[in-house]
Amino acid sequence: MKILVCITHVPDTTSKIAFTENNTSFDTSGVQYIIGPYDDFALARAVELKDSLGATVTVINVGLASAEPTIRKALAIGADDAIRVDVEPVSSMLVAKQIAHYAREGAYDMVLMGKESIDFNGGVVHGLVGALLGVPSISPVMSLEIEGGLAKMTREIEGGKEFVEVNLPFVAGCQEPIAEWKIPNMRGIMTARTKPLNVVEAVDMEQGSKTESFHLPDNKGAVKLVDPENMGELVGLLKNEAKVI
Amino acid sequence: MAVLVFAESVDGKLKKTSFEAICMAAKLSSDVVVVALGNIIKEEALAGLGKYGASRVLWVNDERFNQVSANLAADVVSVIMEKAGAKILVLATSPFTASVAAVVAVKQSAALATNVVEIPDLSNGFTVKRSIFSGKAFETVQLSGEKKILVFNKNAVEVTVSDQTVAVEKISPTAELKEKGLKITGSEKASGTVSLPEAEIVVSAGRGLKGAENWGMIEELASLLGAATGCSKPVSDVGWRPHHEHVGQTGIKVSPQLYIAVGISGAIQHLAGVNSSKYILVINKDPDAPFFKAADYGVVGDAFEVVPRLIEALKAAS
Ligand SMILES: Cc1cc2nc3c(=O)[nH]c(=O)nc-3n(C[C@H](O)[C@H](O)[C@H](O)COP(=O)(O)OP(=O)(O)OC[C@H]3O[C@@H](n4cnc5c(N)ncnc54)[C@H](O)[C@@H]3O)c2cc1C
Ligand SMILES: Nc1ncnc2c1ncn2[C@@H]1O[C@H](COP(=O)(O)O)[C@@H](O)[C@H]1O
Repeated sequence: MKILVCITHVPDTTSKIAFTENNTSFDTSGVQYIIGPYDDFALARAVELKDSLGATVTVINVGLASAEPTIRKALAIGADDAIRVDVEPVSSMLVAKQIAHYAREGAYDMVLMGKESIDFNGGVVHGLVGALLGVPSISPVMSLEIEGGLAKMTREIEGGKEFVEVNLPFVAGCQEPIAEWKIPNMRGIMTARTKPLNVVEAVDMEQGSKTESFHLPDNKGAVKLVDPENMGELVGLLKNEAKVI
Repeated sequence: MAVLVFAESVDGKLKKTSFEAICMAAKLSSDVVVVALGNIIKEEALAGLGKYGASRVLWVNDERFNQVSANLAADVVSVIMEKAGAKILVLATSPFTASVAAVVAVKQSAALATNVVEIPDLSNGFTVKRSIFSGKAFETVQLSGEKKILVFNKNAVEVTVSDQTVAVEKISPTAELKEKGLKITGSEKASGTVSLPEAEIVVSAGRGLKGAENWGMIEELASLLGAATGCSKPVSDVGWRPHHEHVGQTGIKVSPQLYIAVGISGAIQHLAGVNSSKYILVINKDPDAPFFKAADYGVVGDAFEVVPRLIEALKAAS
């Protein structure tokens, strides 16, 4: 069994977001990078499947060389090898085209990824990759079991869950509690250094969208504090000033 | 130029955000074609879409679409987009519609923008503003090509109504109805609760409440306000509340008119899930809790005293 896991290289969830070069470029100074939290779930489940079913796990990242430490971390967590598609990941469509191309080339049995990236927040790469490959895509997936050529999944729906069965190959966007995040151990970190990380060229750059600029939200005004003894006043404000109740 | 809207429904009920999507489409064109799937939707509900600006409603009133995969829904939407000659497809955001939008984008070679927060600017090409970094920033993107797909965030547009009526046309899709290799085998749902992503008011509580047994007052407050209940991540991690109530960067993103946070510190990951709320009310005993910086209204006090008083005040006012 061959599993492809897509990982993003994204600012840590506590990062302060800022832009430079006249609001056209993300300010990377002082930013810590991590594997996308949802991608980390996908990776953890892939490594579990590798241990229980004897699969090989390849991670793929569409990004520049600066992403390599993050890719090495995925290797330390248990992936066997890695692909980096050497292009700036400027849109979901561009990213999906790269992933679909290399997924087809490697004939993977499944492509696992996060349900959403925490930078672009598109929540669409799984759907794009599935459609490009002509296989079903399912998201957000909360559990995944493989039984022969069949995958059994639970998908989150509003206020509950749905049970889905799908033939291999397929694409899934993952979220908790599909697996517990894995922390690399010393042996993992040592072996990760020598695992193959293949840098490949981008294909098909057609994408239909182009970023013009970035902006930060307007600052919120100061909070209006209400005396804890006077909840009548608070109700009045919500009713008459905010008009929300 | 026709604009197609995919109106999402859950258990046969059209989602409120679909009304927003129709209003948004009506700002782009006077020819707004709406497609809805499944035979348990009420015909009157569909006929009522005229008031939001629909000029045609296409109803795939087929049982097989009551519980449908995103891939299959996308097949149908894609065929209808072509038949209607629509160059723009508009959807209101949800995990389901994002998947539908993605598949249609590939089928139609359309440019795709998700998390759109404003009406597109057509004065110079086709520019859209979208939310990125979980609401911590925005991006302005230029879309190119003949076809475009826009997935809007909640509250991107004010819902306005007229007294326009619209005829509902029943159609059967010509697309292949059986999905290759995928089967939905069942589902499980909590009943009777207000859906969190759709809610106009959300009452959320955090670790400050100390234990699952203290959620009674939160539920009472929520039911008085017709609100959905939410929680912080540690609260669902320890099982005080179900996982699907967890709000934040790694949970549900909400954008209600009013978000009430009780005993939640306001960590940046929590704020990322609530920063598109219209108003935020924070109740916390620590005046330095970071949440107050993001709040419109605040009460510094013990939740176990403040919440019961707020409940009393609400009862007195109604
Ligand atoms: C990768 C990552 C992702 C994360 N994603 C999320 C996410 O999506 N959502 C999320 O919520 N968190 C997320 N977190 C966790 C986040 O960092 C915080 O730890 C969490 O939000 C804190 O929850 P809390 O505010 O309920 O608890 P605490 O931080 O413990 O705060 C409790 C608050 O209650 C107040 N309080 C205590 N007693 C009372 C009382 N009697 N009356 C009134 N107030 C009282 C305290 O003053 C305090 O402010 C994530 C963390 C990481 C590392
Ligand atoms: N640049 C990238 N390289 C590899 N995988 C990616 C990249 N961008 C997005 N993905 C994958 O696609 C998922 C969904 O991303 P998005 O559609 O941007 O929310 C992420 O969780 C990743 O698993």
